[in-house]
Amino acid sequence: MRMIRCVFTFLVLFGAQLCAAQEVRIIKFQELEKIIHTESSQIQVINFWATWCGPCVKELPVFEKLNSQGRSDVKVTLINLDFADQLKKVNTFLERKNVKSETLLLDEIDYNSWIDKVDESWGGAIPATLVINSRTGQRKFVEKELTEAELENLIADVYN
Amino acid sequence: MDMKAFNFLTIALVALVLTAGKAPKYEVGDAVADFKLKNVDGKNVSLSDYKTSKGVIVIFDCNTCPYSKAYNERIIGLNKKYASQGFPVIAINANDPGVSPGDSFEEMVAVAKSKKYEFPYLVDQSQAVAKAFGASNTPHVFVLKLVDSTFKVAYIGAIDNNTRDGASADKKYVEEAVDALLTGKPVSTEKTKAIGCGIKWKNA
Repeated sequence: MRMIRCVFTFLVLFGAQLCAAQEVRIIKFQELEKIIHTESSQIQVINFWATWCGPCVKELPVFEKLNSQGRSDVKVTLINLDFADQLKKVNTFLERKNVKSETLLLDEIDYNSWIDKVDESWGGAIPATLVINSRTGQRKFVEKELTEAELENLIADVYN
Repeated sequence: MDMKAFNFLTIALVALVLTAGKAPKYEVGDAVADFKLKNVDGKNVSLSDYKTSKGVIVIFDCNTCPYSKAYNERIIGLNKKYASQGFPVIAINANDPGVSPGDSFEEMVAVAKSKKYEFPYLVDQSQAVAKAFGASNTPHVFVLKLVDSTFKVAYIGAIDNNTRDGASADKKYVEEAVDALLTGKPVSTEKTKAIGCGIKWKNA
């Protein structure tokens, strides 16, 4: 019996390793701030979302498509705002939706202490998206669901 | 291009720029216009019904948002604590049920019943009240103080600084604001950002 359980455990662990799209890492604001202020030749596209947010889930494919193009000039990061105790749910969601863009769960409950540092115009709702060109210092922040064309326009806006 | 066409274009452009600007909304210190909305018991409730209180805690809320759910007990608690002291809660749901079916009037009635609301839970069907206040999220709080029979905005924003767990919040913005108003002191934090779900506006 013990042997069977052992094999079963092994299969579960190994199987999970093979199938998992990605394991979401929990971060604090300091790390997000680092990402925002990274000097990079790439345009950073940072999307704030949560699994329970309908419009966020609806616009995810827009970011996934951008990420899947493998553009050397653009980096997509998904910042998940589900509560940290929902990590398992987030991982399952990403696996089910086959989300490949790098996803980090931001565990900072005192939102008023940090959202102004992302953008002062942020009213506190999601979806929200920040597009940054660190070479020129240009940035765009929008607090709404984006279409593919709107996202392309935002990127174009900060391009030069 | 002839002059008439040019003038027309200019006017159209100006109109576009004007309407694209943000709608006026209440800021701290502003007087609040009266409103009348249907409660879950089917009766209408007006802000002017509260002329004998010291103020009200208006909360734009809904059934469906995870932040609203997380704050639900705290909203009930605010009414329990402050209704008797002259600052009752008025909850308003402005979500369009077409966009968010879980926020239909019937669902509101069910939530108010199961959670034993002792305060009005009003439906802002036209969304005009939410727009007048400048409410954007749920939950979004406006503490109003009654001054010479006029309701004036004293605090706008979040309930506290912990969306997940009220017990862990170390800044209870609404309680601090109401406590200050009750003791005649200035409100130290008059405005925060109301973290939550965006109000589900009607599709244009």
